[in-house]
Amino acid sequence: MKQSKIGAWIAFIIGTLYFIVPLIGTFEFSLRMKRGEYSFEAYRVVLTDPNFLASFGYSVLMALITVVIGVVLVVPTAYWIQLRLPKLRPIVEFITLLPLVMPAIIIVFGYLRLYNSSSWLPLTANARSTDLLLAFSYVTLALPYMYRAVETGMRSIDVRTLTEAGEILGASMMTILFKVIFPNVRVAILSGAFLTFAIVIGEFTMASLLNRPAFGPYLQLIGANRAYEPSALAIIAFMVTWACMGIINVVGNMKSNKRTA
Amino acid sequence: MTAIDTTPPLPAEPGPVPEAYAASKKPLVGQQTWAWIGITPFMLFAILFLIVPTLYLVVGAFQDPDGHFTLQNIYDLFTPSILNAYWLSIKVSVASALLGALLGFFLAYAVVLGGLPAWLRPTLMTFSGVASNFAGVPLAFAFLATLGRMGLVTVLLRDLFGINLYGAGFNLLSFWGLTLTYLYFQVPLMVLILTPALDGLKKEWREASEILGASNKQYWTMVALPVLFPSVLGASLLLFANSFGAIATAYALTGSSLNIVTILLYAQIRGDVLHNQNLGYALALGMILITGCSNGAYIWLRARAERWMR
Amino acid sequence: MAFLEIADVRKQFQQNVVVKGFNLGIERGEFISLLGPSGCGKTTVLRMVAGFESPTSGAIRIDGKDVTHLRPNQRNVGMVFQAYALFPNMTVADNVAFGLKVAKRPPEEIKSRVDEMLNMIKLPHLASRFPYQCSGGQQQRVALARALAHKPKVLLLDEPLSALDAKIRVSLREDIRALQRSLGITTIFVTHDQEEALSMSDRVVVMNEGRVDQVGAPFEIYNDPATKFVANFVGTLSVLKGKVLDPKAGRIQVGSNEILASRRVINANAGDSCSVALRPEAAVLENGHDLGTGRNRLGGTIDEVSFLGSVVRIRVKIDDAAISLDTFNNPSAIPPQRGAPVVVSFTPNDVLVLDGETKH
Repeated sequence: MKQSKIGAWIAFIIGTLYFIVPLIGTFEFSLRMKRGEYSFEAYRVVLTDPNFLASFGYSVLMALITVVIGVVLVVPTAYWIQLRLPKLRPIVEFITLLPLVMPAIIIVFGYLRLYNSSSWLPLTANARSTDLLLAFSYVTLALPYMYRAVETGMRSIDVRTLTEAGEILGASMMTILFKVIFPNVRVAILSGAFLTFAIVIGEFTMASLLNRPAFGPYLQLIGANRAYEPSALAIIAFMVTWACMGIINVVGNMKSNKRTA
Repeated sequence: MTAIDTTPPLPAEPGPVPEAYAASKKPLVGQQTWAWIGITPFMLFAILFLIVPTLYLVVGAFQDPDGHFTLQNIYDLFTPSILNAYWLSIKVSVASALLGALLGFFLAYAVVLGGLPAWLRPTLMTFSGVASNFAGVPLAFAFLATLGRMGLVTVLLRDLFGINLYGAGFNLLSFWGLTLTYLYFQVPLMVLILTPALDGLKKEWREASEILGASNKQYWTMVALPVLFPSVLGASLLLFANSFGAIATAYALTGSSLNIVTILLYAQIRGDVLHNQNLGYALALGMILITGCSNGAYIWLRARAERWMR
Repeated sequence: MAFLEIADVRKQFQQNVVVKGFNLGIERGEFISLLGPSGCGKTTVLRMVAGFESPTSGAIRIDGKDVTHLRPNQRNVGMVFQAYALFPNMTVADNVAFGLKVAKRPPEEIKSRVDEMLNMIKLPHLASRFPYQCSGGQQQRVALARALAHKPKVLLLDEPLSALDAKIRVSLREDIRALQRSLGITTIFVTHDQEEALSMSDRVVVMNEGRVDQVGAPFEIYNDPATKFVANFVGTLSVLKGKVLDPKAGRIQVGSNEILASRRVINANAGDSCSVALRPEAAVLENGHDLGTGRNRLGGTIDEVSFLGSVVRIRVKIDDAAISLDTFNNPSAIPPQRGAPVVVSFTPNDVLVLDGETKH
C-alpha cells in the first residue's frame, strides 16, 4: 500500500527540531561567556575547576564500584536461576522490577531512615560507609538493566547445554563458570556496565540526599550560582552519555558478529 | 526518572526446555545447595536494600512518633497543601505522559512504517537511548539555555519574528515549562517502547485485511490500533509513573517554586518541613501506591500484549 | 474463455526478471498447484493474482473482468497465508466474520455465515477462543474459513501447510481439498512440496526460474515429464549415462549394454550422449524369473537394501552408476543380500530420456 510519506516526514522533522534545538541552544549559550564574542571560556573555567574534576572523578569511581558490585550480584544469580532454580525466576524478576516501580527518592529515603547513625547498621556514620550506601543505592537503580542484559545474554547462549557439555568433558563448576559462561556473557555484562555508567554519572537525588560530593550535586550547585558554566556542563554531560550509548551499540554489534555455532 | 536502554522492554519468554533436559534436571546432591548459596548475596542485597527500606516506610506511615499503629498520617495527607502537591504532580505527569505518548507514537510510526529512509531508524533509536537518559540537572540547564529569558530560542523569536514569548505569558519555570522539558525524555522513552510493538505488526495482517476487503482506515481501526492498544496504554502508564517520580529536573529547573510531591518529599527528607516524620512516610506511601499501581498496570499490559503476539 | 486468466504476465524487480511470460487459463472450480523450488516465481504469480504485486506487463482477468490494476480489496479474492495471519485481537468467530463486517453485511447474516463456516471446518467449539489459544492446524483452518466467508470468486493459498507438523499437514491437505470440492471454488495453491501438489490438484504447473516448464494433470507430470527439471523435481529418479545409437529405433548404449527406449528420443543424433532416467517403481529385480521379452535388462550387484516398512528400497550398482528401485514388502520372501549379483529389468516405455533441453 503506497501511502504519502509527507506525514511521516513532518513528524520526523518536528521531532528532530525539538531534540536538536535545545542542544544547539545550550551550546550557543555556553559560548557566550565572554561578552560580545563566542569563545570556549565557559568550558575552560569548568574543566579547570578543581571541584569539577573532584566530583566527576568521584562519580566515575562510584560508577565503577557500582558496576563491580552489580556484576558480582547479578551474574551468579542469573546463572543459578537459569540452571538449577527456574522456579525462583518469577521472584527474582519481580525483585529486579522493583527499582523501576519505585522512584529513586523513595529508596534513598528508606536508606536514610533505616541505616542512619542510630540504626543497627549505621551506614551513614562516616563518609566511607555512606559511600558504600550510595553505591548500593546506585546498584538498585541499575539492577533492572544489568539483570536483564545479563539474563538475555545467558539465555541466548543456552547456559544449561553449555554447562552439561562442560561437565561431560570433565570440567569443574569453577572452570565452567569462568572459562565457558563468563566469556560468553562478557558482552552482555559490558552493555549493562555502560548503561550503569551513564545512569550513575548524572544521578542527583541519591547523592544529594546522602550528602556525597558526586557529579550530580556539583552540577546543581553550579546551576544555582553561575550563568554560563551550567550550559557547558550540560554539553559535557550530554557528550558523556552519548559516548556511553555509542559504546554500548558498538559492543552490541560486536556480539552479533561474534556469533559462533 | 527511569533510564532505558535500547533493547526491547521485556525479554521474550524463553522457549520450552527440550524434554530431554527437563528430565535430566535431577541434580547431584551438592548442586542444588550450591545454587542456593550462589543466589544468597543477591537475595541478601535485595532484602536489605530494596524490600526492607520500602517496608520500613510503608509501616512507618501507619505509625505515630511513639510507634503505635495509627491512621492519622493518612488523614493528614488530605490537607490542602499536600493534596495540591499530589494534584500538581498528577497534572504534570498526565500532561507529559499524554503528550509524550502522542508525539512518541507519531515519531515511532514515521520511522517504522512511514516509508522513511532506512538509516533514519537506527539513528533515532540511538538518539532516543541517549535522550531518555539525559534527564535531571543537565536537561534543566539545556532548556534554560534555550527557552529561558535569555535563551537562544527566546531571543531568536524576539529578534527575527518579533514574538515576545515572556511578554505573552510564557514562562519556562511553570507547569507547562516543566511539562515541555519532561517531554525531552518522555518522547524517546515512548519511541523505544513502541518501536518493537510497531515491528510486531505483521505485514500479513495488513495484507489479510486488505484481501478481505478492508480499506486502510478499516485496517487501522479494526486491527492495528486494537493490537497496539495494550502497548500504547502500558507505555503511557510508564511515562506517567516516570514523570511522577522525577525530581532532579524539576529541582534544577524550578527550585522549590513548583510544589510537586517529589520536591515536597525532598524538602521533608532534608529538613522535616512538615514537622512530622511519620507524615513524611505517609507522603512516600502515597507515591509508592501511585507509581506502583501505574507501573504494575504497565507490566501487566505488556505481558498481555506479548501473549497476543505469540 | 477461462474463468481465471493470467495472460502473458511478466514481473521484473529492477534488474531481476522474476516471472517470465506466464500464461495460464484456469477453469471455474479447478484446483491448480504452482509447484517449484524457492525463488522460482510461484509466490510472485500468486501475489499478482491477489493484487499485492503489479505485473510489469500482461493482464489478469477474473470471470471476464480485467483486475490487473485493481487493489486487493477490490478483487473479491480470498487468501490463506503461510503464517496464518489471524488477527490476534479478535476471537476466532470475529476473525471469520471480518470480511463480512467490512462489507457491512447485516449482523444476522454475519452470525449465520460464521456458524456455517465454523461447522464446515469442524471447529464450532473454538468460536470464542483467541488465536494464541489454538494450535497451528486449527489456526490455519480458521484462516481458511475466514478467507471463504465472504464468498470470494477465487481462493489463493500461499504454502499454507509449510509451517505445520507432518501429520497435520496430511490431514489438513485432505480437508482443504474436500472443502474446495464441495464449494466448487477456483483455487490456486502454491507449494514446493511435490507430494502436496500431486495429491491435491486437478492440474499442476511446474515452475522453474520464472518460467513454466510444464502444465498438466498429476499423472501426466509424473509419468511424462516435459523437461529434465520436471523429471528431477517431481518424484525421484535414477539417472544413468548413455549414448544414443539410433534415435529413430530408440537404441541407446548404457555402459556395456544396449537398451531400447520407446519415447522421446527425438532431435538427437547418433553418437550424442544423453541421460537415461528410471522411476523407482519401474525397475524390477529379475532373479531367475524371466519376466518376458521386450524388456531391457541390465546386470549389476546389490549395493544397499533399506527396509522402510511397506516399501523395500534397493540400490543396485550398475557399472559406475546406481539404480534405486522400490519394491513392496513381501513377508514370505527374504530381502536380497548385499553384494548379490542381480539383473534389473524394465520396459522400453519406462525409459525417460533427458538431455537437458526443454521439449514442448
